[in-house]
Amino acid sequence: MLKQITRALLSRPVTIDGPAAGDAALKELAGKVDALAQKRLGRSLAIRAIDAGSCNGCELEIHALNNPIYDLERFGIRFVASPRHADVLLVTGPVSLNMQEALLRTIAATPAPRFVVAAGDCACTGGLFAGSYACAGALESIVPVDLRIAGCPPTPLQLLEGLLALLAASAGKMPARP
Amino acid sequence: MSDSRATLHAVLAGLGQAVPSHLPWPRHVLDRASWRQLIDALGHRRWPLLGLWADGSTVHAALEDHSAAAFAVASLDTEDGTYPSLAAARPAALRLERAVRDLAGLNAVGTPDDRPWLDHGQWRLAAPLAADARPATPRPATDYRFLPVEGEGLHQVPVGPVHAGIIEPGHFRFHANGETIVRLEARLGYTHKGTEALMRGKPPAEAVRLAGRISGDSTVAHALAFSRAVEAAAGIEAPARAHWVRATMAEWERIANHLGDIGGICNDAAFPYLQAQCTVLREKVLQACAKAFGHRLMMDAVVPGGVAVDLAPEQAAAFAGLAADLLPPFEALCRVYETKGSLLDRTVATGITPRAEIERFWPPGPIGRAAGAGRDARLAPGYPPYDELNFAAPRLTAGDVDARVRLRMEEVRHSVRLIQRMLVAMPDGPTRAEVPPVAGEGLALVEAFRGEILGWARLAPDGTVARYHARDASWLQWPLLETAVYDNIVADFPLCNKSFNCSYSGHDL
Repeated sequence: MLKQITRALLSRPVTIDGPAAGDAALKELAGKVDALAQKRLGRSLAIRAIDAGSCNGCELEIHALNNPIYDLERFGIRFVASPRHADVLLVTGPVSLNMQEALLRTIAATPAPRFVVAAGDCACTGGLFAGSYACAGALESIVPVDLRIAGCPPTPLQLLEGLLALLAASAGKMPARP
Repeated sequence: MSDSRATLHAVLAGLGQAVPSHLPWPRHVLDRASWRQLIDALGHRRWPLLGLWADGSTVHAALEDHSAAAFAVASLDTEDGTYPSLAAARPAALRLERAVRDLAGLNAVGTPDDRPWLDHGQWRLAAPLAADARPATPRPATDYRFLPVEGEGLHQVPVGPVHAGIIEPGHFRFHANGETIVRLEARLGYTHKGTEALMRGKPPAEAVRLAGRISGDSTVAHALAFSRAVEAAAGIEAPARAHWVRATMAEWERIANHLGDIGGICNDAAFPYLQAQCTVLREKVLQACAKAFGHRLMMDAVVPGGVAVDLAPEQAAAFAGLAADLLPPFEALCRVYETKGSLLDRTVATGITPRAEIERFWPPGPIGRAAGAGRDARLAPGYPPYDELNFAAPRLTAGDVDARVRLRMEEVRHSVRLIQRMLVAMPDGPTRAEVPPVAGEGLALVEAFRGEILGWARLAPDGTVARYHARDASWLQWPLLETAVYDNIVADFPLCNKSFNCSYSGHDL
């Protein structure tokens, strides 16, 4: 163990440089974050992840955000256990009807101002499960969505770009559009 | 029939005609009387139930005879929508029968548990897989009777379906006496997406994308189970090289998931250092897979007839380098685990799977193999290229959280060595064969990182999927989790649950 710690202290960090905030994400967020939200949220976001029927592929990549390579927390973004502590609801899956009630209750338990983010193709459009007897489909068909991060599943870098755009928007730092 | 040494094939042959178009193992059509005789035979035999599913009004049960390494399917056309329940003879049938009722509307007569399972009363269709699926009458999702517990000073702890961490949804109902769990009952089905219904009528090349999303962490294994079932039904074999590329993907998938699980278990035992290190190794594997196959989890890479992406020579070289680089840091992490008393104090003798329950459910994968049971589908029945690679599956006997950690560690080493050998022995040649549009039925058994997946396909005369059923290993593991946590403290549940790591989506379909 000591050998391991010594080696870790002497070697360079494995963490990669963060990507720039996603352009498409910034465009989608423009005008959605009001002054009140900017004042309240600042440069830190607490995320509550909700699996609304995903295949667990998205969860694996969301998990990867916490590994030392992507190291989400260095940006001031962290996952929290309770919706009451959350600023962002990161929703995955095609909203299986069996999860719909739990999803709506979790959103209702999250104080405003809050962002709802659809992560992955299923949450964005229903994905391959659109039209199923057991799914509501796109998340925005049941709640307003602030940001969509596409991908099946989105890679950690794509998730990071989206979340950094959200951070920029909530801090009132929306770059001027060309 | 009365000869208890008769093999599964002999017994089934005595009970009903074999269907000629079912490959590679026989399927026998039974009538109601011989189905009852089969239930009697199961009473004094150890043949594990591998799966139970419905196709239209027919119910199928897959069985294994380990003494003869034989596999077979028994089928009963229900006619009136009912069939005698197997649950008394094989407890593993219980939830499968409840799922058959919810999905296909066929009722198991004599079942000890008639509660719905996957259907929470929210779907648009009732019995969606039945020929006469009708619009459903909604009922409150909370309308569910949990098993009663009686006694002084007991309290209930309801958990989920939304959990504190980034995990899939499921509900756990604990009954505890102080800190000690006296009963755990899971309620699953929250991630049911109607996958099997969506697959119907699609050409196999399209349906495989859905198979690859039955459980995202096992996307290679599920796509492989589907592809092998379709190939068996169509009577074709994938080209030799495709088998080796598929197995290379499957072993990387196993390594990546085991690394995630080993780290996750240590994290749940309040030792996040090992998780951080394991996730770094896992990330290296995923990045190499993304370079080689164009997707970090290798989704849509396995297709019926072969693989969608061949392994390029420079990527094979990169894999060889990664395999060599992976083991030294991994062994260092294993040594940390093995020498940390505070960690072992949490994992040793925690969440032991009771021997009696192991023999009732025969849980596949690391859960079974950490408890002295559990076949490895790569070895028996075996499939290419594993039949050309001489190897043994690791096995431990303690059946506790510690054994499940150590078994996964050993499987990581095995898989790395398998990859190294496969990269050397991999033949050249084509990697994809045409799947002809023909009718047929095929069964496949494939070893995912979590354990054996059963895939059963029936192709229509135009070659489209008439019915596909996937039984993830989780079906046979979830019930064991409920017994493994008995007499443990509630606070150790996350540790036990992570050491099982059953799939919710793979189970809920």
